Amino acid sequence: MSEERPTVEKTYKLFLGGKFPRTESGRSYVPAGAPGVHVCRASRKDLRDAVVAGRKAGADWAGRTGYNRGQILFRLAEMLEARKDALLREILAGAPGVDADEAWADVEAAVDLTAWYAGIPDKLGALLGSQNDVAGPFFAFSTVEPQGVVGVIAPDTPFLTDLLALLLPPLAGGNAVIGLVSERSPLVGLALGEACATSDVPGGAIQLLSGLRDELLPEFASHRDLDGLLVAGDPDAAVGRAAAGSVKRVRFAPAWSGPAPRRLDWIEAFVETKTFWHPVAP
Amino acid sequence: MRDDDIRDAFATGGGPAGAGAQDAPPTLSFGARWTYDPAPESEAVAPIDSRYGLFVDGEFVDPRSGRYLQTIEPGTGEVLSEVAHADAVDVDRAVAAARRALPGWSALPGEHRARYLYRLARRLQERAREFAVLETRDGGKPIRESRDVDVPLAAQHFFYHAGWADKLDLAFGAHGHEPVGVVGQVIPWNFPLLMAAWKLAPALACGNTVVLKPAETSPLTALRLCEVLVEAGLPPGVVNVVTGDGSTGAALVEHPGVDKIAFTGSTEVGKAIQAKLAGTGKALTLELGGKAAHVVFEDAAIDQAVEGVVRGIFFNQGHVCCAGSRLLLQESIADDFLVRLQRRAARIRVGDPMDKNTDLGAIHSPEQLARIERLVAQGVADGGTLWQSPCALPERGTFFRPSIFTDVGQSDAVVRQEIFGPVLTVQTFRTPEEAVAKANNTTYGLSAGIWTDKGARILWMAARLRAGVVWNNTFNRFDPAAPFGGFRESGFGREGGRQGLAAYVRRPGGLVQG
Amino acid sequence: MTTRADFRVPPVDAVALETRASELATRSIKKESKRRGLELVAAMIDLTTLEGMDSPGKVRALCRKAVRPLPGDVGFPSVAAVCVYPDLVATAVETVAGSSVQVASVATAFPAGRASMAVKLADTREAVAAGATEIDMVIDRGAFLAGHHEQVYDEVRRVKDACGDAHLKVILETGELRTYDNIRKALRISMLGGADFVKTSTGKVAPASTMPVVLLMLEAVRDHYLETGVQIGVKAAGGIRAAKDALRYLVMVNETCGDGWMDPAWFRFGASSLLNDVLMQWVRLRDGVYPRPDEFGED
Repeated sequence: MSEERPTVEKTYKLFLGGKFPRTESGRSYVPAGAPGVHVCRASRKDLRDAVVAGRKAGADWAGRTGYNRGQILFRLAEMLEARKDALLREILAGAPGVDADEAWADVEAAVDLTAWYAGIPDKLGALLGSQNDVAGPFFAFSTVEPQGVVGVIAPDTPFLTDLLALLLPPLAGGNAVIGLVSERSPLVGLALGEACATSDVPGGAIQLLSGLRDELLPEFASHRDLDGLLVAGDPDAAVGRAAAGSVKRVRFAPAWSGPAPRRLDWIEAFVETKTFWHPVAP
Repeated sequence: MRDDDIRDAFATGGGPAGAGAQDAPPTLSFGARWTYDPAPESEAVAPIDSRYGLFVDGEFVDPRSGRYLQTIEPGTGEVLSEVAHADAVDVDRAVAAARRALPGWSALPGEHRARYLYRLARRLQERAREFAVLETRDGGKPIRESRDVDVPLAAQHFFYHAGWADKLDLAFGAHGHEPVGVVGQVIPWNFPLLMAAWKLAPALACGNTVVLKPAETSPLTALRLCEVLVEAGLPPGVVNVVTGDGSTGAALVEHPGVDKIAFTGSTEVGKAIQAKLAGTGKALTLELGGKAAHVVFEDAAIDQAVEGVVRGIFFNQGHVCCAGSRLLLQESIADDFLVRLQRRAARIRVGDPMDKNTDLGAIHSPEQLARIERLVAQGVADGGTLWQSPCALPERGTFFRPSIFTDVGQSDAVVRQEIFGPVLTVQTFRTPEEAVAKANNTTYGLSAGIWTDKGARILWMAARLRAGVVWNNTFNRFDPAAPFGGFRESGFGREGGRQGLAAYVRRPGGLVQG
Repeated sequence: MTTRADFRVPPVDAVALETRASELATRSIKKESKRRGLELVAAMIDLTTLEGMDSPGKVRALCRKAVRPLPGDVGFPSVAAVCVYPDLVATAVETVAGSSVQVASVATAFPAGRASMAVKLADTREAVAAGATEIDMVIDRGAFLAGHHEQVYDEVRRVKDACGDAHLKVILETGELRTYDNIRKALRISMLGGADFVKTSTGKVAPASTMPVVLLMLEAVRDHYLETGVQIGVKAAGGIRAAKDALRYLVMVNETCGDGWMDPAWFRFGASSLLNDVLMQWVRLRDGVYPRPDEFGED
């Protein structure tokens, strides 16, 4: 009997500032959905580093043209499409009991959703901006701008689409996003970082942490230099209270049924309207 | 009006600075040849009752609390009237009335809701002078401003939103819309009627019912507006007004029967409200404080920029959340600009708010005056150089001179804190990047101003300034069609435009506020 | 020789300028301040007739009115000047003799200015020789708009020379210059060229005087004075018919330039029908009732 080839095991690491470090804390945990795998248990310091990197990358991301951002998101869709098999394996490895057909459908939906959002960045002005008909000799118009750095707490499900459904609205709005992937099934979420790293997304525009939701959510909520927070689930008083200290924009995304929402108002929640006035005269 | 510190070069009556005065530098003098007699607006056009109740379910009622608060005329320091001090029980009554009115009001065809709002706009226009007088007496702002700005803009807000009431499908086609429900609105004392209009008009247009809580110290125009609501035939309970202090506002914010809170006021209170609503799923919009930078480049239209800066900081005694309170001057023009600004600021007529020629009225309250005085003293203690207009101040009432600080740094309290008074700080910069960095070095982000003759630079600057409203070669312009609201700790949500309307509809399947 | 660079001026923001002018127009002038303001307005008027059908008789009547606008009321001031065509200067000088009223004359091929320099200078010299103490010249708007600023400057200088002791008022014809930036530049050129006064309009082109234009002029002469020590007057001419409007101009002078210009020597209204409205309002204040327009002579 020939000995089976020992596989090269993948180490699941964080995706911070375009790199794949381990948590600075040196801690790991074994996710409920993937017994036998250790993943990084990110700390508040990892979040702090992510915010610093996100602030920097966010300026770069937001400063690009909508066309460029759209192309990068589309490139991400291309990379996801190309890695469908790998992503399928990550879903199945992270959540035993998930039906393979269901997982396959999820991966395809994730690609489709990303491609949908790729068409958003160069239409934000048309969709959310306005020319304002003011009563005076002024040209007044409103544009939208990203809020800056937005934290995203993903639903605790095995599916990639659920993570992307919350990451993509603020990202397409021009924000840098810091996602906390599913605690129970983090593998496919962390694998998303690998797709990002090969898709021209500026390092730090998308960052992904794994860890314990109860430990990290309060840190996301209270970090004063995080501009927005999108949390899967129902409103949480502790989160809202902590976020009030910096007038953070907090939204909760209750669980949805059916395909992932493709909604303009989800994007609108993470952009700021800026109104310009200028006189008109010969 | 005469400035004693400005030499009169023409004391002999006309003619150039004649022989003998050749050595003295040319100077200007003002007020020796012609002064304006007092031109007081008539108080009689706006009679004031000695006491006002709460407006609940379409009528004025006595407060269950049995308590009343006095409202003072800032221009004289005298008591104008007393208004009910609503407690939690009174608030509950008002919320219950709004709840009862909700199904009927929200089910009305948009066209019918529009009709009521148009009525409000027209009736406000008809009674404009009365409202202006009332606003000035209760708030202390110059009659010129309440007459030319507050009241006309309030009417315009109703007119503008009336037109949306039957076009919500056009505004929110993609995801649908429904009223948020019963809305609690808490408004500040600096623009009492205008803020009431900003809040009420979009809420009503979208089919919500309202409990409005005016500021403790400026309740009279909102109460007078209730008379207009009755005249216009607005169904009872659609709008309820509860007067009182912070405890009344807190009772409204905490009331479980309220579906949304809209607040305009200080960042401190805004944060407390956000924390209070946490976890309830209630909608919230906040329009909070500011510390706006007003950036003037060397190529600006200089005299008009001076006017813009004056308008930016001295409008409404500086009691403006979006006031241009931090002037950033390009170093090459700083000295000249400052001379012009001080010369102009010295011409601001400070005095009786009811005088039609008054430019800067009374500070709204003794408390606000004390805050301004404390911060200005702090500014001096921190090493700032304080210039104040040499104008005379009335003997009674609460007044403060137009004030300009130079020699101040980014860390100084007068540069960082919202003073909410006629106090400007002046700093310099050398490059556009430096101007942006200084302008954005604040936790606020409500407004900003830019003066330059160069179009490309305006757009470059405006895109980088972290502020919800950027006025370019103008300042402190408002319009119901132009969304207004802040970035960062200046709050969230917009007022005005389609964007402002969105704050008063619920989108099925939308995200939930926390 | 002056170079082009000397004519550089700061940009003007039209909307903010107009906003400031309209704010000042809301000043409420009542009672004693109104009476005093009306008297000052009257004393600042260049009572004007510039019609093809002007005659010595018409000019004599105008001059008598200029000297004593309100017969029977000795308290009411004479106007500053009468303003006539050069050929009627002698008549005017003779009629106002002994009074404080100056005689101003439009020269330099008024109103279009379309004549040779020699003709313009001769026109000026004749008016001065006939006794005019104030010359109202027009600039060559065609040259200005074509960008020939040195030429405009040069003309102002040469006419100023031709004026001798007479005061030179330079008419910009702001209605043809159209933009405030143009007007600001023309002001600069005129002031450097030696204008004693800058003046808005001939009265033959609409729009004539407007409040924002005059505000801009006041700011320009104020700055010129503070920079150089040289004071220059301002004349708002054309289109000002109501006393109420004139008082608004006076407010602008009062709050922009101050006391130094609140004097007939430094601010003028070029007008014809304005005087009667001022008289109406003044008599209304004196008597407490509104008079009939026909109580005042239409000269």
